[in-house]
Amino acid sequence: MKMETTVEIQFTDQELQKIENLKSRYLKPDSVILEVLYLLQEKYGYISREGMKYAADLLGMTEEQVLGVVTFYSMFNTKPIGKYHLQVCTNVSCMLRGAYDLLKKLEAELKIKKGETTPDGLFTISEVECLGSCGTAPTIQINEDYYEDLNEEKLVQIISELKNK
Amino acid sequence: MSIKILLKDIPDYHKIEVYRQHGGYEVIRKALQKSPDEIIEEVKKSGLRGRGGACFPTGLKWSFMPKDKNIPKFLCINGDESEPGSFKDRQIFEFNPHQLIEGILISAYAIGAQTCYIYIRGEYVKWIRLMQKALDDAYEAGFVGEKMKETFGTDFYTNIYIHRGAGAYICGEESALMNSIEGKRGYPRVKPPFPAQCGLWGYPTTINNVETIANIPPIIENGGEWFASIGEPKHPGTLLFGVSGHVNKPGVYELPTGTLLTDIIYKYAGGVPGNKKIKCIIPGGTSMPPIRGDQIEGLKMDAESLKEVGSAIGTGGIIVMDEDTDLVKVLARITKFYWHESCGQCTPCREGTGWMLKILNRILDGNGTSKDLDLLIDVANNIEGHTICALGDAAAWPVKYMIERFRDEFEARVKRSIKIDIPNKVHSMRRTQIPLTEIKIDFQ
Ligand SMILES: Cc1cc2nc3c(=O)[nH]c(=O)nc-3n(C[C@H](O)[C@H](O)[C@H](O)COP(=O)(O)O)c2cc1C
Ligand code: SF4
Ligand code: FES
Repeated sequence: MKMETTVEIQFTDQELQKIENLKSRYLKPDSVILEVLYLLQEKYGYISREGMKYAADLLGMTEEQVLGVVTFYSMFNTKPIGKYHLQVCTNVSCMLRGAYDLLKKLEAELKIKKGETTPDGLFTISEVECLGSCGTAPTIQINEDYYEDLNEEKLVQIISELKNK
Repeated sequence: MSIKILLKDIPDYHKIEVYRQHGGYEVIRKALQKSPDEIIEEVKKSGLRGRGGACFPTGLKWSFMPKDKNIPKFLCINGDESEPGSFKDRQIFEFNPHQLIEGILISAYAIGAQTCYIYIRGEYVKWIRLMQKALDDAYEAGFVGEKMKETFGTDFYTNIYIHRGAGAYICGEESALMNSIEGKRGYPRVKPPFPAQCGLWGYPTTINNVETIANIPPIIENGGEWFASIGEPKHPGTLLFGVSGHVNKPGVYELPTGTLLTDIIYKYAGGVPGNKKIKCIIPGGTSMPPIRGDQIEGLKMDAESLKEVGSAIGTGGIIVMDEDTDLVKVLARITKFYWHESCGQCTPCREGTGWMLKILNRILDGNGTSKDLDLLIDVANNIEGHTICALGDAAAWPVKYMIERFRDEFEARVKRSIKIDIPNKVHSMRRTQIPLTEIKIDFQ
């Protein structure tokens, strides 16, 4: 089994400065919590307990408050995930245009189920709610990017491109 | 008639120089010559109603803001856009961001807000970047922030910041949105007090949808009466109709309110693939009661006309389902969404959505009985109106009206119920010895 290595959580001076600047936009520092969490996730891949403690100290919040926020929002991962996060929208408009077939295809192609990560750590599949892209359904979000108007061929193509990157 | 107020056919309109070439940022200059009350009056005259789903009159909402100049006031622009079937605000972020910014400036002046936040759903990374670029350009040109004083020669100025969400439908509810900006869990607040009295950090706050505010510059430029004359008098202007599902040309179409639904589907969205019949339509995002395909002939798309057929215009997100659609599957998927997105504060919503989902899944698996249909409606009725926010109603309506309006289809999917008369209402049959002859099977 792979051990989770503990890394020391520390923002660079530049990152800390960015957070300081953001704080000035609000009446209280707590408002910056989502940005701090995004930064943690970007740097360390997911938000660990240590990360939450760091965020709490940085903004003068309690760890419980930070935990409460992290667990409320669907975009934060509290465990490591694959390099490419395949987020398949299966809400109505996408479902009507074949989203569940895409999901099945993806699961077969990568030999994992939704919620799982491939053994090489490259892909994680998630089923997500409407991405606000129903007019170009079905849509999949891979990390930050939207892939719209998809079909099985396009999807297989995208996956093989990502594999060879 | 083709009237485009929000999505104009001008190339590169999203660029500040092109926007300015067409009179951009001149309306705010004109607005600052008037008093805030005059602006509010003009917006009232226009008849503009909120585009976020509830159709509340915008001018009236603004008039609730206290006039006191010595307390902080806030304006939040709702770009959470998470209602399934809705994808219109992102068109404004992408194709007309400066009109939104100018609208925010005018609105902030009208209500006296010194700080404005544009709350954009976290998944919209691309659109946040586009919006941020537009905002940076507007700051640099001196149209936003303290430089406004110099640019326009007045005392008023306001700052605009983008606040990125992180994946939670409920944060589109206005009080949850404020909690989210405050760095809390996005729990809706009990109302009253209303945001105009007690909003962000306890200060007066107005929350408006992106599309609502993008309508403000043309209203101030051309006058309230001009706007009031477009489309349906009781719900004037254009709407960004997002058409998705079983149509040949899905997309966003800007059309006057009162446009025929059949025109939107057949003339603009290219009709149904394979010329199939339409079984069901969700007219304004999944929270709105679905209507039958045979109800759409002659139906106009505006708040009042949809009320008459027992639905609502919502966000204008139209989902078309052809005759082969499995509505049980659709309803189960919709219910799964509300179950997933319920914030869990109110028992009827938290538990009820889970129950409804379980029952619907049971029906999907072929194990439902016709009693389940009444049970579903009963659960829905017990959620509706008994919760802190409208997500509860949004979860209840599709269930209630889908079953009511498509009862045949649901009946066909459930087993006829078996009525077993058991004395003394025991809950377990393990120890009761009921002679088989006493079990009555009731084929209703
Ligand atoms: C569960 C729920 C989700 C909502 N999501 C949104 C949304 O994503 N965008 C939006 O503008 N309004 C949304 N609303 C409506 C807002 O609470 C609010 O009424 C609206 O932003 C006001 O703006 P308007 O008057 O300009 O329409 C939602 C309401 C509820 C109950
Ligand atoms: S109705 Fe549902 S989403 Fe709204 S506050 Fe109650 S539990 Fe939360
Ligand atoms: S339903 Fe998939 S993007 Fe809206």
